[in-house]
Amino acid sequence: MMKTVFERTPSLKDCPTHYCPGCGHGIAHRLVVEVIDELGIAEETIGIAPVGCAVLAYDYLDVDMIEVAHGRAPAVATGMKRTNPDKIIYSYQGDGDLASIGAAEIVHAAHRGEHITVIFINNAIYGMTGGQMAPTTVLNQVTATCPAGRDAAEQGYPMQVSEMLAVLGGTIYIERTALSGPTNIRKAKKAITHAFELQIEDAPGLAMVEILSPCPTYWRMSPVKAMQWIENEMTKVFPLGRIKG
Amino acid sequence: MAGKIIIDTERCKGCGLCVVVCPKAAITISNESNKNGYYPAQTDNEKCTGCTQCAIVCPDAAIVVLRDEKIVAVGTGHGKNSSLVKEKK
Amino acid sequence: MCGNEAMAEAAIIAGCDAYFGYPITPQNEVTGYMSWRMPEEGRVFVQSESELAAISMVFGAAATGKRAMTSSSSPGISLMQEGISYLAGAELPAVVVNVMRGGPGLGNIAPSQGDYFQATRGGGHGDYRTIVLAPASVQELADTMALAFDLADQYRTTVVVLADGVLGQMMEPVILEPKPRRELPTKDWALTGKKNRKQNIVRSLWLGDGVLEEHNYKLQEKYRRIEKNEVLCEQHLVDDADIVVVAYGIAARIVRSAVDMARSHGIKAGWIRPITLWPFPTEQIARAAEEFRIFLTVELSLGQMVDDVKLAVAGKAPVLFFGRPGGGIPTVDEVFEQIRQLSVHEKSPLGTG
Repeated sequence: MMKTVFERTPSLKDCPTHYCPGCGHGIAHRLVVEVIDELGIAEETIGIAPVGCAVLAYDYLDVDMIEVAHGRAPAVATGMKRTNPDKIIYSYQGDGDLASIGAAEIVHAAHRGEHITVIFINNAIYGMTGGQMAPTTVLNQVTATCPAGRDAAEQGYPMQVSEMLAVLGGTIYIERTALSGPTNIRKAKKAITHAFELQIEDAPGLAMVEILSPCPTYWRMSPVKAMQWIENEMTKVFPLGRIKG
Repeated sequence: MAGKIIIDTERCKGCGLCVVVCPKAAITISNESNKNGYYPAQTDNEKCTGCTQCAIVCPDAAIVVLRDEKIVAVGTGHGKNSSLVKEKK
Repeated sequence: MCGNEAMAEAAIIAGCDAYFGYPITPQNEVTGYMSWRMPEEGRVFVQSESELAAISMVFGAAATGKRAMTSSSSPGISLMQEGISYLAGAELPAVVVNVMRGGPGLGNIAPSQGDYFQATRGGGHGDYRTIVLAPASVQELADTMALAFDLADQYRTTVVVLADGVLGQMMEPVILEPKPRRELPTKDWALTGKKNRKQNIVRSLWLGDGVLEEHNYKLQEKYRRIEKNEVLCEQHLVDDADIVVVAYGIAARIVRSAVDMARSHGIKAGWIRPITLWPFPTEQIARAAEEFRIFLTVELSLGQMVDDVKLAVAGKAPVLFFGRPGGGIPTVDEVFEQIRQLSVHEKSPLGTG
């Protein structure tokens, strides 16, 4: 007799997504709601969708969700968590949302130590708007707004957000993970689980999981090559592992 | 076979990640496109061990994995079968 | 009590659950007062990192069904326009207080009424309106708060309370007491966790073909209802007036004294004081324009509300303007002189000279 050992978790809506083939959002979304279902918090959770490819996350994830202005998610999360401390509030943001336009908001939510969970999807590019440079685009990477490749003198170095936020007293857990392959995906899920558990325990601070994620379309690679690029190139700039906590 | 996977070929976008992670090389890409124009994955279940690597990596949750119940107790499933499932107090 | 603090206490009495704000003169008394008073009542206070963040915090709290507010002054309100547009699109209730100061740019910290356009035309992007209330005394500032929260909840909209540096700082006796609430709809749209119900989504993005258009018609229908039901306006000595002065907020107090002075000189002047700037008391002003008279609009600006007065008068009478921008405050004597000049037949459209 065969038993099911893997299937869609209940809070992952059974519908097609608009994401490109091989996009990391599909995996990351699934991990987040698997964790939410496994921890039994789907009825207490409110998620914040970013502006970016994942803006329609509420069409795929069956928890109460809100769509907010670009970058403002940590401030919105602050408003929600402070007035509803018993709810589990998480934001899910890309590298433009979190590290560019939302840089002030994440720094201050982290600085104040808001009791929220932040999922930071770092794919080193702006997908939704057509492949422009992100703060986390790596040196020499070609994008729509650095067609000659990222040059440190002109555009600065790739931003290491996890290391930056770890300095702040209000952060209690920061880990960088990647979606390149099942082993790393399992580790990412463990990190996400820990980040949510901390909020359930009302731990005094902000928990963030940075997830290196593939964007095959704008990296101009096949999905398989994109995963390899994360392993071979991105992890040199963004080392994996527990940075704090 | 110890395991079996069911691929939702209409949901599959043919990204090919499952093909490279399968330790038994049991998954290939079909020559026939689905309604969306993608070439979906297909499987040779004879070789399948039900390890779930393919399902873990699938961005579209298009794969359901089954395993012989005599071997299931290894506890690496996901979702409600996960060994991470906490008992609700 | 000073206006800013009266406003803050009145908000708490009205059931404000959360205050988020950033320091900016001349409304720092609000933020300061809230910082100790809110925790005293077990409510939420956060000094945000910017006004941009403050309005987003309001957005979050409001989305969970709470009564949330922020306060700022002109440059900070400019930063909030993005958030207000999102609040409008997502139909969330919120109260935003603008204690106006001189502008544009960093301006100064003196009182002004230069944000009328920003408040009434919807300073952010898109087709939306915010209710705008313009109190003219410390008591009215306080009374306005309960009304603001009720209107916000009733119509799922942002209510802007437009004060200015004088009103915020002035000290006047005030009675602070709970006001009975209107009958308000339940917030079944609020994000509270999907217990025993389907997922709730708060959003303002509608990509489907024609969906955003429909959403905008729905918003419009709501704004028409507000226009029909919520206009507030006061008038005095208009019935026999040759000259009607239209002013709001602090300007209205100056005008009141100037009109009294005019009457004591035998000039038939009267005044109309809009209390809701949106919805604008178009009907009241149009009625006053039925008989021939001159309208003089007085503002602490280069002329913003005067446009709405002209629209209301619809060409039936002359509409003139007097004002001082950038923190300048017209004196009672200056306004009286304007009225007097209009009443002198040789110079005025009133006469045959």
